[in-house]
Amino acid sequence: MAEDIKKIMFTVRKPPHGSIYVYEGLEVKLIMAAYDADISVVYMDDGVFAVKQGQNTKDLGIKGFEATYGALVDYEITKVYVDRQSMEDRGMTEDDLLVIGEDEDTEEPIKPQVVDSAEIAAMMAEQHNILAF
Amino acid sequence: MLHTVNKSPFQNSTLESCVRFASQGDVILLIEDGVLAAQAGNVKAELLKEAMGKCEVLALSADLKARALTDLVEGIKITDYDGFVDLVEKNLTHSWL
Repeated sequence: MAEDIKKIMFTVRKPPHGSIYVYEGLEVKLIMAAYDADISVVYMDDGVFAVKQGQNTKDLGIKGFEATYGALVDYEITKVYVDRQSMEDRGMTEDDLLVIGEDEDTEEPIKPQVVDSAEIAAMMAEQHNILAF
Repeated sequence: MLHTVNKSPFQNSTLESCVRFASQGDVILLIEDGVLAAQAGNVKAELLKEAMGKCEVLALSADLKARALTDLVEGIKITDYDGFVDLVEKNLTHSWL
């Protein structure tokens, strides 16, 4: 029933690869997607580096997880947002963002949505739970 | 809603981000190294004043005491563990880790 569906937001504020937070966070999102929850994800502060396209971890000797982001839409995680200021502060633009899936009909790639802090603040206030990574 | 900040504002921009995303009427609770922001006369005091323009700003007494912080930025309120629990019980919480 609709009223039982929990709104759960993930905030990602750490950069990838320097710690396991981002990877673990991604795993949790995919697990949570199996439940009937209204999931949203916000990348802010150094977390915006997690959704930068072209990550190559080969020389680090670890398995990367950029490709996993491409499955988010398949897991019905479509509310994926990036804080505009965090992105701009770090010299990133919308073109730098990786793909989180493709449109069912047009097969157009889907990217995270860039939003302002006020929009994020409003979304935060609507949640039942917020998990930080 | 409740925002907890456990990082020193002199080490990274966690507090700054928290203040940017906090809404009118929210509560910001400084815990662990986050309480370092509360020291009167510090270079980040303006940021706390900005925060207090829209939020209630609290600091956890155990962490203040442990760090010998007694002279605090004006307007900061002090709470204890029981107060912390009350806040978590009553509010949606985001931990700015």
